[in-house]
Amino acid sequence: MELTGAEITVRCLQEEGVEYIFGYPGGAVLFIYDELFKQEQVKHILVRHEQAAVHAADGYARSTDKVGVALVTSGPGLTNAVTGIATAYMDSIPLVVISGQVPTGFIGEDAFQEVDAVGITRPCVKHNFLVKDAKDIAITLKKAFYLARTGRPGPVLVDIPKDVSNQKAVYEYPATVNIRSYNPASHGDPLLVKQAAQMLLAAKRPMVYAGGGVVLSDAAKQLTELVRLLDFPVTNTLMGLGSYPSPDKNFLGMLGMHGTLEANMAMQHCDVLLAVGARFDDRVIGNVAHFAEVPRKIIHIDIDPASISKRVKVDVPLVGDVRDVLGDVLALLRASKQKPDAAALKSWWQDIEAWRSRKSLTYRNSTEVIKPQYVIEKLYEVTHGDAFITSDVGQHQMWAAQYYKFNQPRRWINSGGLGTMGFGLPSAMGVQLAHPGAQVACITGEGSIQMNIQELSTCKQFHLPIKVILLNNGYLGMVRQWQEFFHGNRYSESYMDALPDFVKLAESYGHVGARVNRPGDVEGALREAFARKDDLVFLDFHTDPTENVFPMVPGGKGLSEIIMAEDL
Amino acid sequence: MRHIISLLMQNEAGALSRVSGLFSARGYNIESLTVAPTEDKTLSRMTIVTSGSDAVIEQINKQLNKLVDVVSVMDLTDGDHIERELMLLKVRAEGGDREELKRMTDIFRGRIIDVTDKTYTIELTGAGHKLDHFLQAIEHKLILETVRTGASGIGRGERILKL
Repeated sequence: MELTGAEITVRCLQEEGVEYIFGYPGGAVLFIYDELFKQEQVKHILVRHEQAAVHAADGYARSTDKVGVALVTSGPGLTNAVTGIATAYMDSIPLVVISGQVPTGFIGEDAFQEVDAVGITRPCVKHNFLVKDAKDIAITLKKAFYLARTGRPGPVLVDIPKDVSNQKAVYEYPATVNIRSYNPASHGDPLLVKQAAQMLLAAKRPMVYAGGGVVLSDAAKQLTELVRLLDFPVTNTLMGLGSYPSPDKNFLGMLGMHGTLEANMAMQHCDVLLAVGARFDDRVIGNVAHFAEVPRKIIHIDIDPASISKRVKVDVPLVGDVRDVLGDVLALLRASKQKPDAAALKSWWQDIEAWRSRKSLTYRNSTEVIKPQYVIEKLYEVTHGDAFITSDVGQHQMWAAQYYKFNQPRRWINSGGLGTMGFGLPSAMGVQLAHPGAQVACITGEGSIQMNIQELSTCKQFHLPIKVILLNNGYLGMVRQWQEFFHGNRYSESYMDALPDFVKLAESYGHVGARVNRPGDVEGALREAFARKDDLVFLDFHTDPTENVFPMVPGGKGLSEIIMAEDL
Repeated sequence: MRHIISLLMQNEAGALSRVSGLFSARGYNIESLTVAPTEDKTLSRMTIVTSGSDAVIEQINKQLNKLVDVVSVMDLTDGDHIERELMLLKVRAEGGDREELKRMTDIFRGRIIDVTDKTYTIELTGAGHKLDHFLQAIEHKLILETVRTGASGIGRGERILKL
């Protein structure tokens, strides 16, 4: 059967079961848009900026186990999408991004809206393709979906020149795909799995450190079972939140730069560390040399061999899918007659409880001014800890991570690796589309929200009843905090002057807006917002501009060199 | 330490830039890089000479393996191997220098592959240091132009990099 490249493209998306495609039309993708128009299976969500298309696809992917799909035109369409692609790449999110390209005969001639899409995206995709013939579209898209979702997931870009999308070719969607140079591991080396189990059972001061890989491989159940079986302490990275139920007693909270005292101290002083789907990044470990001062054995489970021993030397590398490897370790632990050293474990838990008793996550509440942490705590109560929470980047992101106790994986959607301001609102759109009827809140700041504020229009068009929780302190808060601590209170360009009236702004887009100034009104405003099930409600909370995020491990310092609120 | 890394990769447009881009993005050294198709037209073979600590070399190997277009990677310096590089060298060859240059070329087992009344073009093959030594052995002011391929390497005996 002969079809045009554009028809083939849309057929492939249908074959892959794509429900939503997030995009923005333009010259180079007109044939593809024409085919989208002629069918109903793949629903197109028109965003207002291409960056938002990719973030929305990303939020869709993070909150499900599906591949997110975006479609953008050539040139500026693609360059606008790059921030979204890089965001997904840093957090290993499976996406397929289709970009239009100028006709093949024009490539390299600096044609109108031409940019080297494959060249520009190369450092921030798992892989990318330029399709030069319509007969290659089907196999390329098949490979793109396969690469995006398998192994360490990531974004894959497929660049399709305009003439190729109009060229006819025989269509057949390949049933299988085999890439000889790409064979991701699943189970770890059995001998090393055994060694890991023995090491865990012999530990005196064990610690489990779990990251985004647990969420991505849907291994929360296995992680939880392992922790409970051994009664070990567990911490989550920013990306891993929700992979272990936060209210549980074994959970020490998030670790890292703004992690709890107990998580950071246990990480520093443990003798056996089980790292699961986490990569010892700079915001987590702080100073590598300082971390290495305390000797400990490290077991590291990761799908990506390049993540192992990259920053921190590992003793037992287990390369494989986190869920499969954890399952294998669990099977050995269950079968083993040996149990962890109860006396040692008890003493270790006493150390941890002593750290925990210092309550590093406390703040001084006020009846005069709204504390941002208080808003998050109330949000947790009002949503029963059951909402999907997306976030932008900055202080509000850290408070959300610290104070919203995530119970389940895929509920906490944030840009951890790249730290992309502007991520929160568009990613919430993807989440809401994937989970109609679910409570979706976007926690944001007045800096971040303005980076993709235009998406309020998309939310109106597609009836997305997101609750925007703006913690408005009039500052780029995290920048201001660093300037206060490390730059002599010189608040260079971190004050947000000339802010819009966010209530009127929300209303002008056809949404409901409300400003909240008093602590006593916080809970009522949240309850009312969530009661409006069909409306996007934009809550502009005016919060204490001087509030800082604590605890804090300053950049370049070690985990135990942590600053608590009470220290200042 | 200096390492010679050989790899087989899909003979596809852009594959070379994925490798060179990886090295520049992650700040790894490239001393030389050569690439050409193999007897299997779907594959290219690349030889990269790099240097770094053991940890850096381990990362380079892993990151190369992670590239979807890279089929197989071997660090030749992990075992016995042979290394060769080709140099073409144009020299001013007049008067008494003609005989001297001919003699040096013979000593280094090179060949003069082009002759004019004023120049010789010399072809020399060997490990990189041999080529360096030749350049040191002849009078510097006579050198008009040099071009070197960068190292190609292969494992000894049964050390084979093939699909």
